[in-house]
Amino acid sequence: MPIITVVSRDGTGRAVEMDTGTTLMEGLRDHGFDEVLAMCGGCCSCATCHVYVEPASTATEEEDALLALSAHRRDNSRLSCQITLAPDHDGLRVEIPPED
Amino acid sequence: MQHDVLIVGAGHGGAQVAITLRQRGYTGGIALVGDEPELPYERPPLTKDYLSGAKPFERILIRPAAFWQARGVTLLPGRRVAAVDAAAHTVTTAGGEVFGYGQLVWAAGGQARRLACAGGDLAGVHTVRTRADADALRAELPAVERVVVIGGGYVGLEAAAVLRAAGKSVVLLEQADRVLARVAGEALSRFYEDEHRAQGVDLRLGAQVKDIVGDGRQVTGVRLADGTLIPAQMVVAGIGITPAVQPLLAAGAEGGDGVVVDAFCRTSLPDIRAIGDCALHANAYADGRRIRLESVQNANDMAITVAKALTGAADPYHAVPWFWSNQYDLKLQTVGLSAGHDAAVLRGDPAARSFSIVYFRAGRVVALDCVNAIRDYTQGRALVEGGARCDPAAVADISVPLKDLAAGA
Ligand SMILES: Cc1cc2nc3c(=O)[nH]c(=O)nc-3n(C[C@H](O)[C@H](O)[C@H](O)COP(=O)(O)OP(=O)(O)OC[C@H]3O[C@@H](n4cnc5c(N)ncnc54)[C@H](O)[C@@H]3O)c2cc1C
Ligand code: FES
Repeated sequence: MPIITVVSRDGTGRAVEMDTGTTLMEGLRDHGFDEVLAMCGGCCSCATCHVYVEPASTATEEEDALLALSAHRRDNSRLSCQITLAPDHDGLRVEIPPED
Repeated sequence: MQHDVLIVGAGHGGAQVAITLRQRGYTGGIALVGDEPELPYERPPLTKDYLSGAKPFERILIRPAAFWQARGVTLLPGRRVAAVDAAAHTVTTAGGEVFGYGQLVWAAGGQARRLACAGGDLAGVHTVRTRADADALRAELPAVERVVVIGGGYVGLEAAAVLRAAGKSVVLLEQADRVLARVAGEALSRFYEDEHRAQGVDLRLGAQVKDIVGDGRQVTGVRLADGTLIPAQMVVAGIGITPAVQPLLAAGAEGGDGVVVDAFCRTSLPDIRAIGDCALHANAYADGRRIRLESVQNANDMAITVAKALTGAADPYHAVPWFWSNQYDLKLQTVGLSAGHDAAVLRGDPAARSFSIVYFRAGRVVALDCVNAIRDYTQGRALVEGGARCDPAAVADISVPLKDLAAGA
């Protein structure tokens, strides 16, 4: 199962093991990263699950449109509910953007 | 037992109050009392991915069990608050337990309205508000071929879509002359009616249910006022909710269809706030009219308003309303409130299954309904937030992105 490093808003990082087959949003939620609101529960309707990822990956078209709702969008922005975790996400670094 | 903050209702709003309080560094005691036996979970999937079986229950939990323990939030499930004593700062449960509070947050949502007609209590007649409701419905499904869904609101339509996808024969009855009449403009209603019919739903408008027919125990059909008998082994009623505020009103809180709250979600009773589906509030996006909003957005944002107020950072509630609904392969996203609009402009082609409807009131954009049109949804939000005045003809032109119109606000 992939080990993912999550950096919270206060700059502190924590490496956690997440389940494959679920989404990164669910992994963040289940590991208590409360800064990720994920209001729509993964329906790609709210953009409150916005994160920065390293290495960067390509957002889907829907995601790309929705990310416009965030004032803190960067090139490596993704919606964590649209990333389904696979073994090769091991080593992913996730940063939680400032509050919108 | 005494709790600094006692939250009644462990749904979307209640859970978010506890989460945000801890996130903001609140160190007092927090308890979350709810009448359901479960940990707080998401309700929207009950007519979407949970009903279809695509997501198991663990995946719709708002937080896993360990979270609540780690955050020091006392969960008191399976307890219904029956009475509130505002002067004594206590609540009493139906089982007779008494809890004292410093601050009370009422986040009790609402109960699914049940069919008032004869036969409404037969076995096989369902509502969908709780996990238990969805589980009961799912458990019966394998033996069911014909379902009648009563009510063409979002809950009824979403249930119909899932039941069709499961291969059931579905009749949907709506008493008004269009579906979604309470929440959307006519063009959206017609689009969804066509879609459900194309998917094989026998959708009947202006249908008055007379009674539910049964063999004395189990439902066998639905009879309409005109005498038509529609055979069914299952009935699903999606006919709205009754806000769960009776104990608060009995304690003297101002209200009626919900409990009245101010911009900080304070009720008329001291140290009692209310949020979510049951909170009757003056909404800036409804011209300041007092309304109740039944949405995850409203429950969450009001929860945040309360958590801020309780941690010394009072910030009035003014969030823009948004909502979503998934039916078949259609993703509807709504921003703003279209009720009371005086003009509606179609943007895009419904036949292409991607379009938006932009609603105006007194020349300003007040809402959008976007079907498979996520870019309009995000760009239109700025128009709604800014109360943009724009030319309806320009809005109809899909070659112009909505964000280019915001400048004219
Ligand atoms: C099937 C379905 C689909 C939906 N789909 C969407 C959607 O797609 N998008 C969207 O934005 N919204 C949707 N909603 C609406 C959304 O779920 C609600 O607006 C939201 O849950 C409201 O949150 P709340 O905290 O006010 O109430 P709830 O989440 O309903 O929580 C209230 C809790 O309080 C409990 N309770 C009630 N009375 C008492 C009492 N006296 N003592 C103790 N506990 C009590 C209730 O049992 C419940 O557990 C849907 C709702 C349903 C039912
Ligand atoms: S949780 Fe809403 S878009 Fe990801």
